[in-house]
Amino acid sequence: MGVMDPSLAAPIPPGADQDAILRAVGDEITNRGFVIAKADKLFNWARSGSLWPMTFGLACCAVEMMHSAASRYDMDRYGMLFRPSPRQSDVMIVAGTLTNKMAPALRRVYDQMPEPRWVLSMGSCANGGGYYHYSYAVVRGCDRIVPVDVYVPGCPPTAEALIYGLLQLQKKIRRTATIARS
Amino acid sequence: MNESDLIDEAGSASESPLQIMADHLREIGQGIVLSSGIVHGEIELQVSAGNVAQLLLLVRDDRQAAFTQLIDLTAVDYPERKDRFDVVYQMLSMSNNMRLRIVATVSEGQTVPSVTGVFMAANWAEREVWDMFGIFFSGHPDLRRLLTDYGFEGHPLRKDFPLTGHVEVRYDDTQRRVINEPVHLVQEFRDFDFLSPWEGMHNELGGNAAKADPDKTAK
Repeated sequence: MGVMDPSLAAPIPPGADQDAILRAVGDEITNRGFVIAKADKLFNWARSGSLWPMTFGLACCAVEMMHSAASRYDMDRYGMLFRPSPRQSDVMIVAGTLTNKMAPALRRVYDQMPEPRWVLSMGSCANGGGYYHYSYAVVRGCDRIVPVDVYVPGCPPTAEALIYGLLQLQKKIRRTATIARS
Repeated sequence: MNESDLIDEAGSASESPLQIMADHLREIGQGIVLSSGIVHGEIELQVSAGNVAQLLLLVRDDRQAAFTQLIDLTAVDYPERKDRFDVVYQMLSMSNNMRLRIVATVSEGQTVPSVTGVFMAANWAEREVWDMFGIFFSGHPDLRRLLTDYGFEGHPLRKDFPLTGHVEVRYDDTQRRVINEPVHLVQEFRDFDFLSPWEGMHNELGGNAAKADPDKTAK
């Protein structure tokens, strides 16, 4: 008779079910003083609820990334706080065209991120070269350089689409990340 | 802007300011200006590559001409010509509100004296021309690549350089670094004509109605 129903994978929306669970948790704490939860679920909740992106705005997509962090589509309410340093970030949003000259720098920044780390490729230039696919100076997709978890299509993707992509990344983290290997 | 000579009441032709300046430039540039003319509403002077710096100094320092700003320094590639490159200098005279184009024709491998001593703005512009076209500027303080990747070989804006280049980039896991590989495209570049969605449509621009053949209306 654990508190967390193991068959539930997704968070429960507000309503009678949520109230029941919260009441059960509250009762547990009042009665026993502690709550039981699966460690994996707890870590994934923490990791997805506090995803700190590393700003890698390269070109025009960076402006849409700024839009998504601004007041209308506030990213901070999802716990996402832009970090300038790769050492302190969880996810790298590659926003913009990746040129041949920038590729080693991108790889170096990715290598500096501590695990668990994820990469979100934003915009059609980062996905597959995009508008500049046939250019001599462009990497045809940042997945040639770093492993990508979520691709957000668009040129540029609207701020809403980027938020959707980040929410999908959150679902992916809850689904696939474990404490043994990230 | 193609002003022809205006005849006033006294019977003498009064020239436009452009014409006056063109005559003046021809006069001060005597000996180095190969030809001059008014092209596309701007004065254009042809000069040989070795005299470029001298001519730029002349037009800058002359009190009447006063072309004190170098706006642009670029090159054009005409591969079918023997001297394939045209190095183009765009000048602006703020006091006269006039623009000037100076063109020097160079061949591949020929060096052009750098104008960095005359205009500091030419520094990076010449670096860009070297990087993109391969035209060497002698006397330049620091002529190295500006836009292309660090180990890049080739001059991309030449007409014989392919759009996709010769190498592409990939991260190699075994070597633990980003490497250059010969380019391999999954689908080649396709050029579409989006002007008309129908085949066989007569593409006429408005304003040429007199030339339009009434039989060949769009079907």
